[in-house]
Amino acid sequence: MKELSRKVREIKPSGIRKFFDLANTMEGVISLGVGEPDFNTPWHICENAIYSMSQGKTHYTANRGLLELRQEICKFHKNRYNQNYDPETETLVTVGGSEAIDLAFRALLNPGDEVIMLDPNYVAYAPTVGLADGKCVMIQLKEENDFKLLPEDLKKAITNKTKALMINFPSNPTGGVMTYEDYEKLVPIIKESGIYVISDEIYAELSFDQEFASLAQFEEIRDQVIVINGFSKAFAMTGWRLGYILSNKEISSQMTKIHQYIIMSAPTAAQYAGLEALKNGIDDVLVMKNDYLNRRNLLVNRLNRMGLKTNMPHGTFYVFPNIQITGLSSDEFCEKLLEEEKVACVPGTAFGESGEGFIRISYAYSLDHIKEACDRIEHFISSRIK
Amino acid sequence: MNQSKLLDLLENDARLTSQDLADILNEDKDEVAKEIKKLENEKIICGYHTVINYNKALRDEKVLAYIEVDCIPQRNKGYDKTAALIANYPEVDTMYLLSGDCDFLCLVQGKTMFEVARFVSDKIACVEDVRSTKTLFVLKQYKQSGIVIVDQEKDEQNRLVVTP
Repeated sequence: MKELSRKVREIKPSGIRKFFDLANTMEGVISLGVGEPDFNTPWHICENAIYSMSQGKTHYTANRGLLELRQEICKFHKNRYNQNYDPETETLVTVGGSEAIDLAFRALLNPGDEVIMLDPNYVAYAPTVGLADGKCVMIQLKEENDFKLLPEDLKKAITNKTKALMINFPSNPTGGVMTYEDYEKLVPIIKESGIYVISDEIYAELSFDQEFASLAQFEEIRDQVIVINGFSKAFAMTGWRLGYILSNKEISSQMTKIHQYIIMSAPTAAQYAGLEALKNGIDDVLVMKNDYLNRRNLLVNRLNRMGLKTNMPHGTFYVFPNIQITGLSSDEFCEKLLEEEKVACVPGTAFGESGEGFIRISYAYSLDHIKEACDRIEHFISSRIK
Repeated sequence: MNQSKLLDLLENDARLTSQDLADILNEDKDEVAKEIKKLENEKIICGYHTVINYNKALRDEKVLAYIEVDCIPQRNKGYDKTAALIANYPEVDTMYLLSGDCDFLCLVQGKTMFEVARFVSDKIACVEDVRSTKTLFVLKQYKQSGIVIVDQEKDEQNRLVVTP
């Protein structure tokens, strides 16, 4: 048989896969490993999709997505995040944030171009850069800085080969956020270097304690910023696969070309669901957010009390406790925790080298579930903390 | 302490311990226990109940009926005197004064339809100033206290165990 694509074969399998395979074969596992809400999609959103189908809305939409949906997206972003995009020329509806990430790299990169990544980061970014023939340059984020991106680190990482910076705040896996003031210090560096910023803001609605901020709010670099967002996390709509990407006109039209050939248009029923979500769904988001907040508090307080140092995350539904006190590596910790206590977490190293010494715990679970998992983790570490 | 948040939490899950509540509210455990005691004493917290799906529970038969009660309000007392005469029966689980066609709506529990019917005709209908009653038997319950109780798949089965 002839050789398969070298580029594809070189992609490493995700570190999460290993734990999925392990946990999936065991009985009685309680998982803290998921990256999606436990809530089902609010019923009025599902109902609108069902209604759209009953009305015969079962055809392709415009490549960029339903104009009405794009208008609602831009209105939502204007009202909630003070970001200004044109629905007709700067907005593209995609199959989840995942497609949007792929489109952004493909539209920006020439072979050998460098993309600055933050480590630890979401598992899909680096492979997607690889597929677009780019090269990743890592900035190590630190626990003592609350996993924020510091201006001096960004400055150091930029070379004349740098094409883009990939960021994700609130961050999966750390739960770290950037405030407006944190971003303010990055703006002159980004402006001067002329690099693009791809900002994955999928957890924007799940910002706690402080207001969500974005680099797209700074007029002077607005054209360099590409915003990725979607419905999955905020509206509990992961299975609908609906996201979108906001950018300047030129980037947007290049990305639309790719999208039109590989996707055509995002699923129509999902787009009608998204429309209902934006028009009438914000109250559902706030109810779910309040639940996440309760769970976060319980989890962080309990982890700290049992001896695992855990920063208070100000966004997402993840906490990123430091497990170094147990003397175990992230991988060992998660494997032994699964074997001995049947609790599934994801080792920090699945998200990059800087994740060593940490584990990612998701709190997209009921309070009962989280309490039971905490009891087991406490039992697990009690003999290991000196 | 945020009293309404504390009540929200307990309303959703009365089994949360003072330590759980303290963790969620970022408060001290003893302070939370004190606050709950206070709310109990003030009868703001009136009880702790369990939501049971009687469609599934294997135990003695149980019949539910909504009774609409029409009555003549009294000078100076309004509806409250008559209401108290009805509400004191243990058979009456929940009771409201409503706007519209009837005055009171009572949820009544009994072992059999006959028992409920007899309670309505012998007791409620005979209360002074009650003009008429209308009995609506519950055939099947679909939702209780915000929880859909007809058979649904467990949530966990809908999600993969570990995802990025």
